Amino acid sequence: MELEAAKLIAAAIALLPMFGVGIGLGMIFSSYNEAVGRNPSSADLLDKKFFLTFALTEALAIFALVVSLIILFG
Amino acid sequence: MADPLHQFEITPIIPLEIAGIDISFTNSAMWMAIAVVASMAFMMIATRKPAMVPGRMQMFAENMYEFIASMIRDNIGSRGREYFPMIFTIFVIVLMGNMLGMLPYAFTYTSHIAVTMGLALSIFIFVTILGFIKHGFHFFTLFCPAGVPWALKPLIIPIEILSYLIRPVTLSVRLFANMMAGHLMLKVFAGFSVGMGVALGVLPMFFNVALIGFEFLIAFLQAYVFTILSCIYLKDAIELH
Repeated sequence: MELEAAKLIAAAIALLPMFGVGIGLGMIFSSYNEAVGRNPSSADLLDKKFFLTFALTEALAIFALVVSLIILFG
Repeated sequence: MADPLHQFEITPIIPLEIAGIDISFTNSAMWMAIAVVASMAFMMIATRKPAMVPGRMQMFAENMYEFIASMIRDNIGSRGREYFPMIFTIFVIVLMGNMLGMLPYAFTYTSHIAVTMGLALSIFIFVTILGFIKHGFHFFTLFCPAGVPWALKPLIIPIEILSYLIRPVTLSVRLFANMMAGHLMLKVFAGFSVGMGVALGVLPMFFNVALIGFEFLIAFLQAYVFTILSCIYLKDAIELH
């Protein structure tokens, strides 16, 4: 296989973690909405934790994107 | 058309070289200087004439202060009060870097791993030294959580040590990668607008408007996450679990 083609395939494979991150983010959003729906007064307390977990999970997708970009252009 | 990675290029403004080391005043250094001057000027002007009923600027400055103060109260407790200036400075410098980067033609200095790694490593080294000063060699119990069965200890301790040593890497890469990927995405979509012509080009443009709003959220959120993780690391050193 040519090096260029192998690079493109590797860059695509490096993006596979997005699959898990998508599931994880969906779970975070759904449980946050469910919790606030059940107890609207807890929204203030949950907001901070929600944003923290959201950012931590989303960062994994960004890591994958950076690895992919490094394979493509690096 | 410039490629989307062009925005991250560091160009020297005042070339300087001392003893073979390149210490030019670059655009990155210029934006850092702007961030420091702007944030200091803002805080000084906002708190110059403190009023009982605060005006808009004083209100904003007080809100920022209270935001970090409550973050330290919640995460470290009352013993964290003496570290307030450090945490506040970290928050402001990261927030200014992310927000100034959203200006058109601006340079985002937090999108370079050299800058974020510098910040993260200085926090990491400070926290480690602080832990040794506060607890001496007792600090090593941080790697051995209480209540772990003897049989599991050979497994847990290397994992704990690794997860401690990887902290500066994840802290810096999270910030740098978020800022870089976000700005890259904005420029790629702007490139679509140019490439698709006037009639179809408005579609990516509208998408870009939404993305810029999202980028502002991310810019604030990443500064928040960077600060709160520094708080948590500091708490580990002060309290040892």
